Amino acid sequence: MRRFLLRRVAAVPATLLGVSLMVFLATDVLPGDVARTVLGREASAESVAALRHELGLDQPVYLRYLHWLADFGTGSWGTSYTLHVPVRDLVLDRLGQSLMLASLAFVLLVPVALALGVLAGLGEDTPVDWVISGVSLALGATPEFVTGVVLLVVFSVELGWLPASAQTSPGDGPLVILSHLVLPATCLVLLCTGYVARHVRASTVLVVASPYVRAARLRGVSGAQLVRRHVLRNATVPATSALGVQLQFLLGGLLVVELLFNYPGIGALLLASATAKDLPTLQATAMVLGVLYLAVVLLADIAYRLLDPRVRLDGEG
Amino acid sequence: MAVATHAPRRPGPVLVGSAAVVAAWVVCAAFWPHLVPYDPDLQAPADRFLPPGPDHWLGADHYGRDVLSRLVAGARPVLVVAPLAALVSVAAGTALGLLAGAVRGWFDGLVMRLLDAVVVFPVIIAAVLFIALLGRSAPVLVLVIAAAFVPLVTRSVRAATLVEREKPYVEAARLRGEPLWSLVVRELLPNVRGTVLVEATTRLGDAIFAAATLSFLGLGQPPGSPDWGSSVADNRLWLQLAPWTVLAPALAIGSLVVAVALLTDRLRRQLGRS
Amino acid sequence: MTAGPVKGGPVAGGPVMPPGLVVDGLSVAYPAGPVLHDIRLAVRPGETFGLVGESGCGKTTLGYLLGGHLEAGGRVLGGRVLVDGVDVLALRPAALRRWRASHVAFVHQEAASSLDPTMRVGRQVAHVLRAQGLPRQAVAARARELLSRVRLPDVDALARRYPHQLSGGQQQRVVIACALATRPRLLVLDEPTTGLDASVQHEVLGLLTGLATELATAVVLVSHDLPLVGQACDRVGVLYAGRLVEVGPVGEVLAAPAHPYTVALLDSAPTLGVPRAARPLATIPGRPPRPGETGAGCRFAPRCPAAVDACRSAEPALAELAPAGAALVPSGGHAVRCLRPGAVGRAAPGARPAPAGRPGPVLLQVRGLTRRYGRTVALDNVDLTIHHGEVVGLVGESGSGKTTLARAVVGLGPPGEGDVLLDGQELPARVTQRSRQLRRRVQMVFQNPDTTLNPEHRVRHILHRAIRTLRGHDDVPALARRAQLDDDLLDCLPARLSGGQKQRVAIARSFAGSPSLVVCDEPVSALDVSVQAGVLETLARQRDRTGTSYLFISHDLAVVGYLADRVAVLYRGVLVEQGPAGQVLAGPHHPYTARLVAATAPTAAAPAFVEPAPVDPAGDGPGCRYASRCPYRIAGRCDRVAPPAVALDDGHLVRCHLDPASLPSAAWLAPGSPAAAARPG
Repeated sequence: MRRFLLRRVAAVPATLLGVSLMVFLATDVLPGDVARTVLGREASAESVAALRHELGLDQPVYLRYLHWLADFGTGSWGTSYTLHVPVRDLVLDRLGQSLMLASLAFVLLVPVALALGVLAGLGEDTPVDWVISGVSLALGATPEFVTGVVLLVVFSVELGWLPASAQTSPGDGPLVILSHLVLPATCLVLLCTGYVARHVRASTVLVVASPYVRAARLRGVSGAQLVRRHVLRNATVPATSALGVQLQFLLGGLLVVELLFNYPGIGALLLASATAKDLPTLQATAMVLGVLYLAVVLLADIAYRLLDPRVRLDGEG
Repeated sequence: MAVATHAPRRPGPVLVGSAAVVAAWVVCAAFWPHLVPYDPDLQAPADRFLPPGPDHWLGADHYGRDVLSRLVAGARPVLVVAPLAALVSVAAGTALGLLAGAVRGWFDGLVMRLLDAVVVFPVIIAAVLFIALLGRSAPVLVLVIAAAFVPLVTRSVRAATLVEREKPYVEAARLRGEPLWSLVVRELLPNVRGTVLVEATTRLGDAIFAAATLSFLGLGQPPGSPDWGSSVADNRLWLQLAPWTVLAPALAIGSLVVAVALLTDRLRRQLGRS
Repeated sequence: MTAGPVKGGPVAGGPVMPPGLVVDGLSVAYPAGPVLHDIRLAVRPGETFGLVGESGCGKTTLGYLLGGHLEAGGRVLGGRVLVDGVDVLALRPAALRRWRASHVAFVHQEAASSLDPTMRVGRQVAHVLRAQGLPRQAVAARARELLSRVRLPDVDALARRYPHQLSGGQQQRVVIACALATRPRLLVLDEPTTGLDASVQHEVLGLLTGLATELATAVVLVSHDLPLVGQACDRVGVLYAGRLVEVGPVGEVLAAPAHPYTVALLDSAPTLGVPRAARPLATIPGRPPRPGETGAGCRFAPRCPAAVDACRSAEPALAELAPAGAALVPSGGHAVRCLRPGAVGRAAPGARPAPAGRPGPVLLQVRGLTRRYGRTVALDNVDLTIHHGEVVGLVGESGSGKTTLARAVVGLGPPGEGDVLLDGQELPARVTQRSRQLRRRVQMVFQNPDTTLNPEHRVRHILHRAIRTLRGHDDVPALARRAQLDDDLLDCLPARLSGGQKQRVAIARSFAGSPSLVVCDEPVSALDVSVQAGVLETLARQRDRTGTSYLFISHDLAVVGYLADRVAVLYRGVLVEQGPAGQVLAGPHHPYTARLVAATAPTAAAPAFVEPAPVDPAGDGPGCRYASRCPYRIAGRCDRVAPPAVALDDGHLVRCHLDPASLPSAAWLAPGSPAAAARPG
């Protein structure tokens, strides 16, 4: 385990460098003159050139990359071209907002998906299974903006129970904030539940059919004990890796859901800065999301290995 | 109490229904000019926000365009982009996976390292960056989606190839000196066919998902396209006023992805059984 | 004892049933057709009953049903299963569960899969004890006791391990500990030692039957292996097509089998020390009926050499052989389901063959072959010679390096040190570096019949490709016919063929280019006994016809002894012995060979049990690798100094420190010993 951990953690800086290079190159060769974007169409050629020099855009690419990397590493992420606020505060604030939404979704997702998956797996090929499997298949295949639109039309437009926008005003109480978060969080949960529940179901079916469960049955172990002792653990271990995959979906889902519900999160910021060619913001947002993603994947991988004693601890990463 | 070895077949209507839905959208995509009641781009200011009724079965949007016509015409962008993206990714992934699995050695190592690097990078961020870089157009969309899927296809095909190549029938072929191309084409390819088929349908569903989502994010089809994802994004500003303009394309996407998912699921069961 | 009355299903009224297991007229059907028909047998407490049959005969279904378990879709058509008078099949689910917890235990093959992979083995044993209602404080001590009782070393450390950290034999012992924890009244063993090495097999079985006698448990041992049943059981029942065709005391049934099927089974299994030249194996024509294939008369009649018209019209009943004292339930006597019991006798061993003629010139020479996987040494400086026209048998337990050696010879393994020469010409380590001529001359037959043929290609195409690439001169039908394959199989996909037919296609394929050497890696170990005989016969005929040499690998000493001219014994990568087959088997031989021979012996002639010390593949010293398990080891010498290769006579080499005069031997196998020729299988 220690060897695996060391190897994985040692790989993080290299991956991060790769991510940063990719972010930098993609943003650096974006079409369009940044200086002109900042100054507007009417600006004179001299002032554009001056700004280019000020921003260091006339330097060679590798120098700019190294400067940028050094700046990023030391925490000076620059000022947003469009919002004219320090990028670091902006990105971290938005990150906090997104983490709140994502955590809420994750907390709802795990128990629901596990319960549904185990339930369907235990009742393989019964009506319970058909309903759970069918619904989770459909939900897992449907983009979150589709479910989101349906939820909005039903609960916000027709019934008027919940606000259509997730944006809250400062000073709102926790209940109000929660009411704004319910719809976007549900949207994320619906998408991921389907996928995770299906994984849990598949592994539950395998465990139930396994010789060790049959052996326990032949020893007279009761159904409830079988589930508690053998099925739950063995069926949820593979689900951990499914959850890891889901975190990527959750990340993509954040973009969509934040856009749909006008939520001031980091996904919406990524989109807005990409569309506006707000380079410092775009770079910082992409980097922060990349780091977050790597950390989460690493955690899921470690959790999986901790849970399953069979996985070769020094095997393929 | 005992484990059922033969799962009873699911009710047939599900299968027939899904196939019918997919077929209907394919017909729309192919022949929409002959099917639509109005020109999808025809703006009729008098009809703005007209609710569903006898003239406009599904109502009209903020330009007074017929929602039904745009819905029928909107099947084409996604049904061109998604199958192409799935095809490109499955073709490239199958070739890479088969070769990497059959050759092993440095080639395998190189391919897997490269793919690991791609996989570790969050696809959606890459898509945002690349489309911002290359601009919005159908070919870019196909390339970005296919590029994101190639590592996944390659991994499955390579895993299946590694299982097959250790089997004695492949070793027997190596012992009698079959050349590499013969090993790959004669021995391995027919036996990873099931994996390729499942990958193809899975990636088709995922590609529809991805194409719709990217369009919704404003990263897909060029502006003004009747594409479903773009329509949802454009019309959501008038959600409170004219919910049908948002609901119709959203449900269209939903029906297509769910139908494809059900078909994929059935195919996977069928292959898993044999 | 936890035995006591179980609520829910005592037999109401009727005669008082004897203690132990009674199966009374049991018939079972699956949707495809009937699988068990009118099974009657009784097993007394402390008695071990062997249930023998080939795959598909219904033995596993019967085994499970003794514990009240029936696969989905199965139906009991009639009959009862009584354990100490409790009608198991009439118990309601809750009562059945309580009864199982305290009265019955199962041990299945492949122990690894009967243990929960994510639970430490100590906890798994503890769970069984807790289910018994044992108080929490007493559980730990009892679990320790059980684990040491199955002779597991270092119980405390072992209890904290996960199943995958144990060896196959250790896993099976943990399963046995779980089984014995309940002090069961009935113990069902379903192929409990399949997949274990012969020496471990011997120990596990001895352990099981010993403990069962001690606990006065009725034991049913389900197996395909008649000799194994002969070693372990008191009585035996032979199943064919869902019917008990013969039942009786094990000695009587094996010595004087009355049913033609039993005779055929015995004649188709090779006997240790009886080579093909002395007694060719019998093959049973045809195949057993599948479930659902019905017909009038005796089910074995279509394959029976002694069948008469009466056999085909009415099915005979199971009847006691001795005319006196016919009982309702056969309880001790010898009964057979046959109209003409004893009509077919055992094939008599022929005269001892004259020693084979002088072997031809050297064909294959392996010199100083060493192969490593990471830090593990799979082959350590192996020297081996195969002459033209010679069959060299290679034996050893799993992990001994047999397959590594085979793959090195054919060029599929990783490269390493040492040379392989064919007619004095160096064979490159990788098959891709070998010339077409060399590839043609060295071919291989693989172990698993189900993956040895490309499932997408028809037999004709498979053989055609082989002839094309190996530049063979035969046409496809001729090649197939020489491997006893019918022409109508040529257009089948492999999925349609039986295991034996698939191996015949594989043999035909390897002979497509007239090879000089065919490496056979466990070619019959996945096959039923009667099928195995046919495939061995095909191999033998091909050799007789073409003079091709074989390197024949098997874990089964009897099979190797049947076919091989010379035998080589591999122990953890070291070739500890090689020489003429008869001399290697009968001895004097290496202590490890002695252990293998004893484990295969029909009589309990096993040497003293030595628990193998934990093996650290990286930490092998310079001494003999077998020293830690060897009962004859010389302290201070065997574990320090590498043993020399001592030539006994006539190319018989033994790698051991012992003085040649004090090497062990199996006297009963010595050539010329009357026991060897007359002994029944």
